[in-house]
Order: sequence, then C-alpha cells, then structure tokens
Amino acid sequence: MGEESEDHVKRRRLRERMVKSRAPFSELRRRWHARKIDEEVWDELEETLLLADVGPTTTARLLEAVRSRVGKESLADGINEVLAQAICAQLEENSTSRSLVFDEGTTNVWMLVGVNGVGKTTTAAKLAAREQLAGRSVLLAAADTFRAAAAEQLGIWADQLGIEVIRGQDRGDPGAVAFDAVQAAVARNIDLVVVDTAGRLHNKKNLMEELAKVSRVVQRTSALLSEVLLVLDATTGQNGLAQAREFVARAGVTGVVLTKVDGAAKGGIVLAIESELNVPVKLLGVGEAVEDLVVFDPHDFAAALVE
Amino acid sequence: MFDVISDRFDGIFRRLRSRGKLSADDVEEVAREIRRALLEADVNVRVVKDFVNRIKERATGSEVAQSLSPAQQVIKIVHEELAVTLGGTTGHLSSSAKPPEVIVLVGLQGAGKTTAAAKLAYYLEQQENKRVLLVAADLQRPAAVEQLQVLGQNISVPVFTQPTTPEEVAVAGRQEAERLGRNVVIIDTAGRLQIDDDLMEELNQLCKKVVPDDVLLVLDSMTGQAAVDVAQSFRAQVGLTGLVMTKLDGDTRGGAALSVKEVTGLPILFAGVGETTKDFEAFHPDRMASRILGMGDALTLIEKAEVAFDAEATARAQERMAEGLFTLEDFLDQMQQVRKMGPLSSVMGMLPGVPKELRQAEVDESQLGNIEAIIYSMTPAERKDPSIINGSRRRRIALGSGTSTQAVNGLLKQFTMMRQMMRQMNGAKSKRKGGKGRRGVGVDIPGFDLSGLDIPRPPGA
Repeated sequence: MGEESEDHVKRRRLRERMVKSRAPFSELRRRWHARKIDEEVWDELEETLLLADVGPTTTARLLEAVRSRVGKESLADGINEVLAQAICAQLEENSTSRSLVFDEGTTNVWMLVGVNGVGKTTTAAKLAAREQLAGRSVLLAAADTFRAAAAEQLGIWADQLGIEVIRGQDRGDPGAVAFDAVQAAVARNIDLVVVDTAGRLHNKKNLMEELAKVSRVVQRTSALLSEVLLVLDATTGQNGLAQAREFVARAGVTGVVLTKVDGAAKGGIVLAIESELNVPVKLLGVGEAVEDLVVFDPHDFAAALVE
Repeated sequence: MFDVISDRFDGIFRRLRSRGKLSADDVEEVAREIRRALLEADVNVRVVKDFVNRIKERATGSEVAQSLSPAQQVIKIVHEELAVTLGGTTGHLSSSAKPPEVIVLVGLQGAGKTTAAAKLAYYLEQQENKRVLLVAADLQRPAAVEQLQVLGQNISVPVFTQPTTPEEVAVAGRQEAERLGRNVVIIDTAGRLQIDDDLMEELNQLCKKVVPDDVLLVLDSMTGQAAVDVAQSFRAQVGLTGLVMTKLDGDTRGGAALSVKEVTGLPILFAGVGETTKDFEAFHPDRMASRILGMGDALTLIEKAEVAFDAEATARAQERMAEGLFTLEDFLDQMQQVRKMGPLSSVMGMLPGVPKELRQAEVDESQLGNIEAIIYSMTPAERKDPSIINGSRRRRIALGSGTSTQAVNGLLKQFTMMRQMMRQMNGAKSKRKGGKGRRGVGVDIPGFDLSGLDIPRPPGA
C-alpha cells in the first residue's frame, strides 16, 4: 500500500513535468471548441501524433480508430479524449504483464541492455535502490567494461545506496563479471542481481553476440534470469523500433524501461514497439534522482500524452 | 549511415525507372512515398511538409519535360533539394584570432558529449596539428570526469578539472591552456534538458565567462522529432555555432540532421561513426544527399581511394587482369590497397548499390590476415604459378602461415575461381563495348561515374 501511494505521488510529478509536452494538445482543444471535425482537424491531430514520435504507421492506425468512434457530425471538443482511449486500448491489448518478474526463493537476475547513452547505468542504480527499499537484498554487477569509467559511475551510485557492486577488469569479459556477480549472490543468498551492460548499437553483430553470451553465462548458473530490460531514451525517434527488434531477437528482452520522460520528448515510439513486438513498457525514468523511477501505467501515459 | 532511407528511395525509384512517362498521379505517388520515407526517417513533420511541397512543385512544373527521362528528372530534383536542405558546403570551426581557441560541447544527457570531446581532441591533434587541452566541466554525472580522464590518457591529451563549479572549471581551464601553451580548449559540460531553465542559465553564464569561439551541440543521430526543439532551445538560450552528430554508425535514418539543418541553418561539422576514438570525421552535407538517394557515399570513397590507391600499381594489375596473368602476388597487392582505405566493413558501406545485407554483414578482418599470411608463406615461384603447389608445399605453407592445409586449399580454390571469373568478365566487357548503357545497380545520375574505379574484392567479401 505504501508503495502504491508513493507511485501516485511520482505519477503526479511525472504529469507535472510533462506539462510542456502536453501543450500542443491543450492548444488544439482551445482552438477546436465547438468546431466540427473537418480535414484540418484530422491533419493537425496527425501532425501532433507525429511530433510525439508515434510514427506514420501507428499514427494512421490510431487516427483510423478515432475515426470509427466519432460520428460525421461530432464536434472536435472531445476528440483528444477519444484519442487517449484509443492509445490506451492499444496498450491494453498487450497481454504480457507489466510488473517486473521476480521469483521468490532463488537469486533473480535483471539485466539492462540498450544502445549507448540511454541511461542504463543510472537505471541500474535506480532499480537497485527501488528493490532494496522493497526489502530485497541486492547486488550490482558492473558488466560495462567497455566505456571508460562506467564501473566508477555505478560504484559512486552504489556507495550512496550502500549496495555492493562487483566489478571486473577494464576491457575485460563482461560475461565473466556477470558470472562472478551472480555466483557471489547465489553463495550469499542474495535476492537480486542487477546487471549493467555496455551500450551497443543494435546493428553491431559482434557486440550483440557478446550480449547473448552474457545472458547464456548467467543462465548457466543456478540463478534465474527473470528480466532482460531494454532501456530506451524517450527522445529516440523511429529507430527505437529497430533497436527493440534487434535486442528482443538477440538478447531476449522481456520489457522496456523508457528513460528521460521528464523532457519535452514523448516517447511515442513505444506504441509501435508494443504493438509490433508485444514487449511491454514496464518502467519510466522521470528524473536524475535515484527515486525517479515509476511504474508504467497505460492510462497515465495516454492521458499525459493527450490531455 | 542513412542506409534505410536510401533503401526506401531505392524502392521508389526502381518503380519510377520502370515507367516511361511521369504523370500527375506519379508525382502524387512519389510525393506520398517521399513524405512517408522522411517521416519514418525522423525528419521533422514541418520540414517534411515543406520539402515535399517543393518537390511536387518542381516535379509537376515545366522542368520535367527536359532531355532527361522523367524518372531521372525527379531523382535529380530530390537530390538537389536534399543537398540544399542539408547545406551546400562543409562547415568549419571558427578560427580564433588569439589562441587558445575555445570550444564548448553542450547537449542532452547521453548524446555522447564526453566521447565526442575526446574524439574531437584526437581529430584536431591528428588532422590539424593542434595542441588540445580537454576540460572536464561535467561535475553532475557520477564519474564523468574520470571518463574524460581515461579517454584523454588513451590519446595522450591532458585533461584539466577541479571540484568547484562548472563555470570556474571552464575559466580556470582556459587559463591552464594559456599557461601550458595549448592552442585549443575543449570543454565538456553536463548533459541537460533544453526545458530545464536553471541548468540552461548555468550554461549561459559559463559561456559568457569563457567566451568560446565555438559552442557545438552534440546531437544523437537517433533523436526523433524533438531534435528541432532541442537545437532551437540551445541556440536561443546559449548560442550555438554548429553541430556534432553522434552514433551515425547505427542504422538510424538520421532525419534529425536534415531537420536541424533546415530549421536552424547551423552547420553540421562532425560525425561520430564508431566505438573507438578515431572514429570521427568531418561531416560532408553535400555527400550525404547522394547517400540518402542510394548512391552510397561515392565521393568519400573516391577520395579515400585516391589517397590509398597507388595508381600505377592499380593500372599494372588491371592490365595483368585483362591479359589473364593475374597472380597471387597481384591479388595480395590489391587486397592491401583496399585495406589501406579503412576497415573493409566501412568501405563496403560506402559502395553504391551494394545490397543492404552485404553492407550490414560484418567482414571478418582476421580472415584477411590469414590470407595475407598464407600468401606470404609461399615462394615467389608459387605466387606466380599456384599450380605447382603440391601436397608437401601445401603442408609447408600451412605450417608457415599458422593456418591449416584446408585454409590453403580454400584460398587456392577461390583464387582459381576468381581468375576464371575475371577472364569471363573481361571477355564480356569487350563484347558489350558500344552497346546500350550499363545496367548498373546504382542510380544513374549524370556527373557521377564510378566506372573508372575498379574495386578489387578479396574472396569471401
């Protein structure tokens, strides 16, 4: 219960922060007061969705859904609500659960993957803090051995949180770091290992193969790899879908963490990711502080986008 | 880079090329396809609107009835408009009257500022003989300072920092450069959101104090529609002189570059194109237009080829090829010429008309090393006439090159096949002389002739 209300507070903060991103829709609503839905209204609605990085295909589908729900003579006033419903309906079609998978009674491993600069290390720290707060024992694995000082970055977070971090040699084998961390956690009955990995562009075959290897190594231990989370920057455009497609195929992604949702960027690409790949968005990163990580809620997301 | 948008245009133009005349409907269809392609490529909606209207206007106007085929005409128009939008010439850093030259890197979190700082430092030291001081003024992100220190150490460029405020670090860094006699200062700042007024003001103050010659926005090439807003906000609040696009080695269509250029008019100066510090190059807007059109980056390739290729050696090899005298020695020579042009994967990416699968396939460079080793382990006589290589010679070559007899066999087989193919090709070429135009895979645009450039390809590539 405590956590629930906390999430509500965070969601309110999210909505407050997304005020700037809502501006176009609020503007539309004012301008469309008591006006019939004509082609101009549709055009502007389309443009606003495209500006939110929803992408041409998904935009067309959403507008089609809205068209089928409004009558010819309807006024444009309520159209954003109808659009929000359409977005929400699409998100709710996703049958996969949005809660993070954790199997009691064994050591769980959550691995973070994604392209460079999306916020994997920060998200790893936030996740670890969140689970620690929920009463779980947590270990961090700095398996980003490539980027200069990535392990130090995670180490500074870990110090602040009082969480142990397992590190390896710079430019060392990330699989070995993950393996050592997971083995240590199993030996000490630790509930959860959060593995931070190096950023990699999804079209780099060798680097994607390396990631697959890390996950194979973890699966060879007695721990359970229960989540592989794709960290996705909300400012990403249509390339986000290509990223998700490759990481799902090569690294077995089980969910998405959408980061930097505190900006003007809306992260509309997740709609395409959900509908095409059936991978649910599970969390949102909404700020630089360690507690700025909230559960993804379709209603809130759709509302924040359209209100 | 820009591969996918090229594919898209490839598709459109393939359809167009197969028709005789361009009707009004065709123009509409092309316009719709171009709009969609650009939107999929993350070009800003408003930029797309203008762009497509310009194309439509020009395509349906009188210009179509010229000597070129209608399809060629549209390609030409799109190419010209893309080139205009991306900007005509290569941009340059402002040159400072009095050293040190100060460059501040700004941008959103995760755009790649710290990496770009080190890459730019290396680039300026190597290409322009500058002496750079890196200044770590990102005191926000944990270990950002350490990251720059490690990167600086790797390229032997000093890094200055102190645990005060970003503004003080920047000012002190400038003084330090004067003291050390460094003529360029690159200041790495913390990532910030363009809507964060406090942090934007902090950056504004930093810039006022340090009086930079250049303020470069570092922009992730995968950025979506927000790119325009980001660039406009940074420009309005801090003042920008140019852009650095990062992560262009991904498969992003990179429409952000197009949008930002169109809306702000700021030049895109540099591009980050890989994982290592040397993967950084000047951004060539004019060439990018050709690339988007599916022509590959022919100009970059030609330039690289000019530097790397020993023209005489190439001519000699071509002659020998034509005469059917091509030996393993010539083959080795050619392979090394190609390798001088850079990693094979990046060379392939620049060839026009190379299918997507091949462009994205990663070439195993270590295999090329093996081939070299095998040929080096042969005697001159064996290289000239591989047919004398019997079983015991094979074993000796395998041992000498640290490979296996299978590898030696494989190479010999491939070489024989290649030589056969060359003979056939040369035969076909002379027969076709004077016939109708070459049915190439690239887009035929006047002014771009690649036929003089024979790119030898090692087997397996």
